[in-house]
Amino acid sequence: MTASFLIAFVVGGLICVIGQLLFDVAKLSPGHTLCLLVVSGAVLDGFGLYEPLIDFAGAGATIPITSFGNSLTHGALQEAEKHGLVGVITGMFEVTSSGISAAILFGFIASLLFRSKGRP
Amino acid sequence: MDRQAYSQLEQQITPKPPLAVNLVKAFVTGGIICAIGQGIMYFYMYFFDFTERTAGNPTVATMIFIAMLLTGFGKYKRIAQFGGAGSAVPVTGFGNAMISAAIEHRTEGYVLGVGGNMFKLAGSVIVFGVFSAFIVALIKTILVKFGVVGW
Repeated sequence: MTASFLIAFVVGGLICVIGQLLFDVAKLSPGHTLCLLVVSGAVLDGFGLYEPLIDFAGAGATIPITSFGNSLTHGALQEAEKHGLVGVITGMFEVTSSGISAAILFGFIASLLFRSKGRP
Repeated sequence: MDRQAYSQLEQQITPKPPLAVNLVKAFVTGGIICAIGQGIMYFYMYFFDFTERTAGNPTVATMIFIAMLLTGFGKYKRIAQFGGAGSAVPVTGFGNAMISAAIEHRTEGYVLGVGGNMFKLAGSVIVFGVFSAFIVALIKTILVKFGVVGW
């Protein structure tokens, strides 16, 4: 169990290092970096490479934003397996719904609870 | 001084960001966030009947909840200043982008301010994620149809 925490730490950390390299060396804006990571997650799942990484690293692979791209592709492929080409559209958000619904829900709750600091 | 000489001088004087330090900070910050995620994942696996593969979903939702609290109390900004990509790349950074936009635009009203601006920063991630996932899934489905690859 301790080992799995360590693996999650190292793998998650390394994905963040890739992000930092894109910031500092490739001089990409945070928006471009995150988009690039999401796209690479989606492509990796197309080759069937991201699920093994999740099996190996657990949260180290599911917490970085790359897993968002992975689960989009994964949902689309799952449905495509059952229903053919139509499934690519219908299955898109099947796996990843929790992240987006949580972000919308908590974003709205936060706007009810908290006031913006800094600017008047 | 002409423009070219000025930009050369500016490049010489501007302090270069200490790359190694930034990388270590990103590694540690991102690693800690993922280790916390691993802890939450174990919580869902032991106290609810989630498996290793399905526990990722409630974990992500919980992490975004934590991001809401940290963003609301203004702590996430400090983590981001220290961690750089280490705080932006995990899903908490995605949550922070949406939540901070929601809080910031509240003064413009709930419909036009909060509802309209929530996806201002995070929307591009969703757009490119969905589009690339569509292309990838489309190509793979067609390849499977023609028997080139298996599922």
